[in-house]
Amino acid sequence: MKKNKRIFGKIVMILSLVFFYLPIVCVVIFSFNGSKSLTVMKGFSLQWYERLFRDSQMMESVYTTVLVAVIATVVSTFTGTLAAVGLSKSRRVVKDLVLQINDFPIMNPEIVTAIGLMLFFITMRIERGLMTMILAHIAFCIPYVILSVMPKIRSLDPNLADAAMDLGATPWQALTKVIVPQIMPGVFSGALIAFTMSFDDFIISYFVTGRGVKNLSIMVYTMSKRVNPTINAISSLIIGVITLILIIINLIPFIRERMTARKKAAETGTAEE
Amino acid sequence: MHAVAQLIHRNKGDTLLKRFSQLAVPYIVWSVIMLLLPMVLVVFYAFTDTGNAILTFQFTLRHFVRFFTDPDFLLVLWRSLKIAFKTTVICVILGYPVAYFIANSSDRMRNMLVLAITLPTWINMLVRTYAWIGLLSKGGLFSTLLGYIGFKDVEILYTETAVLLGMVYNFLPFMILQINTSLSKMDHSLLEAAADLGANGVHSFLKVTLPLSLPGVISGISLVFLPAVSSFFIPKLLGGGQYFLIGNVIENQFITVGEWNFGSAISVIMAVIMMLSMYLVRTLELRNSGGVREA
Repeated sequence: MKKNKRIFGKIVMILSLVFFYLPIVCVVIFSFNGSKSLTVMKGFSLQWYERLFRDSQMMESVYTTVLVAVIATVVSTFTGTLAAVGLSKSRRVVKDLVLQINDFPIMNPEIVTAIGLMLFFITMRIERGLMTMILAHIAFCIPYVILSVMPKIRSLDPNLADAAMDLGATPWQALTKVIVPQIMPGVFSGALIAFTMSFDDFIISYFVTGRGVKNLSIMVYTMSKRVNPTINAISSLIIGVITLILIIINLIPFIRERMTARKKAAETGTAEE
Repeated sequence: MHAVAQLIHRNKGDTLLKRFSQLAVPYIVWSVIMLLLPMVLVVFYAFTDTGNAILTFQFTLRHFVRFFTDPDFLLVLWRSLKIAFKTTVICVILGYPVAYFIANSSDRMRNMLVLAITLPTWINMLVRTYAWIGLLSKGGLFSTLLGYIGFKDVEILYTETAVLLGMVYNFLPFMILQINTSLSKMDHSLLEAAADLGANGVHSFLKVTLPLSLPGVISGISLVFLPAVSSFFIPKLLGGGQYFLIGNVIENQFITVGEWNFGSAISVIMAVIMMLSMYLVRTLELRNSGGVREA
């Protein structure tokens, strides 16, 4: 009876994994299709990638996506980390209020955040384009950075900075040499989350862009009305980049564990000598 | 002497605290401008009209009246709620067994399975939705498979079924992860206690496991229902041009028609309905857990 249940569970699990991965795998496979069909494979070819790299509009959207993602990641990681440190030392009312606002883009449906930002740019008479896309991406990325840095600060000894300054460090040194290195894992994962969020974003970019500025997702959306295997090629690129980042994120704790273990082994080794 | 030292120390601590809290000031300003103000603007636009030269805007309920008196809009709203409800029910039914299996696996296996379920959610939802077009179209893998079991020439793409499938595909991982979290947190000695007291497998599942996993199911429901109601590219890509949901109407008002006030009003209506439905689910859960405690 128990064994039967286990087998049933296994079948359900395997079926659901097939369900989740089949479409993704199919997109990647068909990006190498020799023909234009999305349903029948006719030999292997790189023609869709070739076409992708020759299409100037497409390359521009790749450039836009990467540029926006890099700027949004750098700015939101920096600002978000400082804000998290600052908020942890702020008065409770201020902290709770700001964290509440910080939750808006995370809790609200994305389309509401998107039209909010669009209305904001319209009301402020800021012409929509690359700049507004960057601003919007920074706006929705910082909350995720704060969310991933905050727990690390909470687990920090609050006297650490005091101790550093008693020993003669300036506040700036206390921040950069004592606090930041301690919360680095949170900062790093925050930066990676920000990058993937920005790289992947469609809805917010779609509403705040203008003057023909398009990122990869908008490109996929506007092109998906017709059969076009080039979309498979872009999609495969997006899938590849995101998967790579996720593998890195998940390997970091593993590698770190390995390194500390090795260090420990080396230390005990020298001690024995 | 000691007291003086302490005083100096405290003063230093205070200024330090102040100094560090100043680091948050840029973000406080930023978040008010870039996060709070846009939400205020959505509500503001929903209740106003562009006025004449003297008064640049005037308050009105016109947009709300327009929405609730037009049967077309009401139909779209009803359809959105219906499909979101269907998606949620299917996600609970499919997600629970999977989450149950994951939660009852060994630690190593559980971590791997959670990663396997999480990974696709990080890949662009648009790309994952697009992926289904090839699978569902005529001559694609799906209709070929259906052909083998006797359903010839079934066109799924650009039907409501396709939209439903796309939604379940995109939102099911959230349900699985939420239920798994609450099941993994469960104290297994409770099940042993139930067995010791004579409960059989089904009985202890219904009386112990299910009530304890309910919070996970509830947060799973909110993570599935809310994005399903507001989604607009899933119906557009998989439902073709004809299948309109409330998200499409909002997109249309902002991108094509340019009636921002009306679009904002629809968003406000949508947000209020979402809040109400989540409130309803929460109260149901509270009443439920109250009942369990009494028993």
